[in-house]
Amino acid sequence: MSDSGEHVLVDWPIAVYEELTSLEVSQVSFVPDAGLTQLINLCNADPAIHTIPLTSEEEGIALSAGAWLGGVRSAVLMQSSGVGNIVNMLSLSRTCRFPLFILVTMRGESGEVNEWQVPMGKGAPTILDVSGVNVRRAEKEDQVARLVGQAARTAFTCGKREAVLISQSVIGVKSFNK
Amino acid sequence: MEPVLNRRDVVAELLSNRGEAAAIVGLGACVWDAAASGDHPLNFGLWGAMGGAVPMGLGLALAQPRRRIYVITGDGEMLMGLGSLATVIVKRPHNLAIAVIDNEKYGETGMQRTHTAYGVDLSSVALGMGFSVARQVNHSEELRASLKTWQESSGPVFLNIKVKADPLPLVLPPRNGVYLRDRFVKALKSND
Ligand SMILES: Cc1ncc(C[n+]2csc(CCOP(=O)(O)OP(=O)(O)O)c2C)c(N)n1
Ligand SMILES: [Mg+2]
Repeated sequence: MSDSGEHVLVDWPIAVYEELTSLEVSQVSFVPDAGLTQLINLCNADPAIHTIPLTSEEEGIALSAGAWLGGVRSAVLMQSSGVGNIVNMLSLSRTCRFPLFILVTMRGESGEVNEWQVPMGKGAPTILDVSGVNVRRAEKEDQVARLVGQAARTAFTCGKREAVLISQSVIGVKSFNK
Repeated sequence: MEPVLNRRDVVAELLSNRGEAAAIVGLGACVWDAAASGDHPLNFGLWGAMGGAVPMGLGLALAQPRRRIYVITGDGEMLMGLGSLATVIVKRPHNLAIAVIDNEKYGETGMQRTHTAYGVDLSSVALGMGFSVARQVNHSEELRASLKTWQESSGPVFLNIKVKADPLPLVLPPRNGVYLRDRFVKALKSND
């Protein structure tokens, strides 16, 4: 997002999309975040992927479990506030040891101008951690796809619950033209 | 109008002649009903994850498009995940059929009244969401008339089935999540 609120095309979404397709992820669910726009568009344009908008992020956790039961790999995309919506549903993944891969774009961090994003920006990593989800952090753009590949591979092949958090310094700040 | 249907009979009917269908069963008394009708490796009974039965069924239905996928859940469980009905409509899986066993109570937690006891009509909700079939079932004739729809109609199908709120004996299926998961996947692979 540029200062004027316009989207600036960046490279990490393409690399992440390629990681996910190479791992044969065929269900991608999300509640949108501005920072996820490009990745969502890439998935939407791919007929081999079911791209599924959710009304609340917890649906994505249950969806991913059902997909895995049916032999299909899934990824759930959300902004940091969405982490607050998934907490109880994570007990499904954890109790049944379902593989789970979550990609989180962080808000409420460096330069945030919307105070309402700060609580979950602060809370998301700890909440995921205490809910049994392993957290990896991408602080720089060139780390994102590599971490996604590592985390998703671990999730699907070792049956783990993994999240990659993309720092706001990578995503940029939503300015509201102020 | 007082409900007349017995939930054990209803769930047994829904799971009869199931062929290769797989079922996600929402937490609460539906899990005991499904167990009473006979434990089955393709029944995945939830012991938690309230609100998750429908989205879990959706993920499974999209992953297994040639198999009928049932979601059988309580009114309270459905009310916690109403938004997931809208998410179902985005994908319109033809193989997904959802039945709410509506006793108008949170049965499992002491029979407190749910929103359906105050007039919330879940079949109208599903109709408004855009389900291919969405109907309320009150009597055994209506249930019998809906069975073919449940088993075969192009979905997504939604039945809200009004049942008596009598407390029934517990019939407990396995609750170990990893066991439920592994036997489900094995059974799925063996008749793929
Ligand atoms: C998030 C969450 N809140 C509350 C509960 C407690 N709880 C367990 S079962 C249940 C009621 C289920 O009611 P319903 O789906 O109508 O099932 P019934 O037993 O009536 O068939 C509740 C509230 C829970 N397990 N999880
Ligand atoms: Mg109930």
